[in-house]
Amino acid sequence: MNVLGKYQGASFTELLASDYAHLHPEPARFAPGDPRITVPEGTTVLALKYADGVVIAGDRLATEGHRVASRDVQKVYATDQYSVIAIAGAAGPAIEMARLMRIELEHYEKIEGEALELDGKANKLSQMIRANLPAAMQGLVVVPLFAGYDRRRKLGRLWKFDVTGGRYEETDFEATGSGGLYARESIKKAHRGGLTREEALRIAVAALVDAADEDRATGGIDVLRGIFPIVNFCSERGVDRAADAEIEQVYRQILASRPGGVQG
Amino acid sequence: MSLPFYVSPEQVMTEKADYARKGIGRGRSSVTLECAEGVLLMAENPSSLSKIGEIYDRIAFAGVGKFSEFDQLRKLGVRFADVKGYAYSRDDVRARALANAYSQAMGDVFTRELKPLEVEVIVAEVGDDSLAGHEKNTIYRVQFDGSISDHQGFCVIGGAADELMNFLKDQFRPQLPLREALQLGRSALQRAAEGQPQVGPENLEACVLERSRAGRKFHRLSADVLRELLGS
Repeated sequence: MNVLGKYQGASFTELLASDYAHLHPEPARFAPGDPRITVPEGTTVLALKYADGVVIAGDRLATEGHRVASRDVQKVYATDQYSVIAIAGAAGPAIEMARLMRIELEHYEKIEGEALELDGKANKLSQMIRANLPAAMQGLVVVPLFAGYDRRRKLGRLWKFDVTGGRYEETDFEATGSGGLYARESIKKAHRGGLTREEALRIAVAALVDAADEDRATGGIDVLRGIFPIVNFCSERGVDRAADAEIEQVYRQILASRPGGVQG
Repeated sequence: MSLPFYVSPEQVMTEKADYARKGIGRGRSSVTLECAEGVLLMAENPSSLSKIGEIYDRIAFAGVGKFSEFDQLRKLGVRFADVKGYAYSRDDVRARALANAYSQAMGDVFTRELKPLEVEVIVAEVGDDSLAGHEKNTIYRVQFDGSISDHQGFCVIGGAADELMNFLKDQFRPQLPLREALQLGRSALQRAAEGQPQVGPENLEACVLERSRAGRKFHRLSADVLRELLGS
C-alpha cells in the first residue's frame, strides 16, 4: 500500500526527514561567524530535585548583542505530561527544538499506543542536539536541560547536554546558560535531599535572582511589568506551573531576608 | 501464448466490493455517539489491540475489519495530522481534511490493487467552544471503496452497521450525559453480538473526546471507570 507513505516508524523527526524533507529543519546555512547576523539568545535555566520530583525554572529575557530582544520569552516548555525542557542558547533554534521535541513525544505515544520512558525521551533529545551540531559550529548553540518524573522508578530525574549531544544525568541540580554558573553557586548553598515544594520554589527563584544580579543577559523579576520567571514542578501528578502570585510572594520574602538588597 | 481472460470492469468491482463486505462483516461493530461531554467512541473488543485511537487534539479514529489494515490507516492519520499541525497550526488540523485523505487512500487501493481494504473507519472531531466556527462536532464514515459520508449524532461501522443505525435512529437523543450514551452504545453493540457473551467492562473499548479538556481532548475510559458508569 504505497498510498500510506514511505516511512513506517514512530519518530516524527525521521518522518519529516524521510517523507517531508521540505519541512525538515535544516541547520542554518549562513557563513560561519557572519558579523551581519545576530540572533536572540536565551540565558539562565535551572533544574533541581525536590521530594516529589523535580523543579525546572528559567528567566524570561532574550538578548541580541547588548540589546533586549524580548522581555517575556518562554524558555521552559512542558514536552508532555511528565517531562519538561528548558532551553538556553540561540532562541530561534532552541524554541524550534522544544516544539519539535513535544511533537516527537506525542507522535510516538500516538503511533505506539504508549509513551516513551524518561530515558528514551532524554536519548531522543540528545540525538536532536547532535543533529543541530552544524548550526552550533556556526554559533547557533542550543544546550537545553531536560527533566521529568520517571514513573517506573518513581523519582524525578534531570539531564544536561553539550553541543555534541553528550548527555549527562545530574544527581541533584544543574543550571546552564550565561548566568548558569551564578545560579548553580546559589543552588549549591541551599540544596539538600527531600526539599518541600515551597523550599524548592524559593531556592529556584533565589538562584534566578542571583544569576540576574551578576549576569546582565539574565532577566530579573520585573514586578512593574508583571513578568515572572517560569517555574514548573514535575511530579507523579504531572507538570504544574507555579502561579505568578506565588513567585512574587517568594521574591518579596527573598528581598526582605537580604538587607543588603538584591535587585536582580 | 495464452490470452488473459476478459473480465468486465463492472464484474471486477462487484466482486471486489463483495469480498471487502464479507471481510468487514466477519468483524464486530463500532459505535460513535455525540454526548453532552463531547464524542464517545465504543467498540466491542476483548483483546488488547486497540480499535480506537487518538489522532490529534480534537480528533479520534475508530476502525473495524482487518486489524493490520485499519491500524495502518490510523498511523497514516496520526502522521497526516502531526505533519499538518507542525507545518501550519494545531487549529488547522481538521477532521474533514483527514476523512478526505482516507477516502483518497482507500479509493486508490480499491481501484488499483488486486485486494481491496477490508476495513471501514470513523473520523470524529469534537467542537471547541473557544474557537468561533469550530463549535460543532463532526463524524465522518469512510468505507472500503473510499466512499465518505458525514453523520450527525451517531454513526455505526462494521458488519451490523445498517441494523444498528436503525436501532440508534429510534433510541438516540442529543446531549445525552456520558453515562446514558455509554449504556445506549452498549445495548447497540449487544444487539450486534447476538448469541455472544455480554458486552461489559471487560470486553468494551471506550474512548471520549472531552469538550472541556484543554489541549489533547482524547482519553480512554479504564475498565474501572466503565464498571462504575455501566453499573455492573
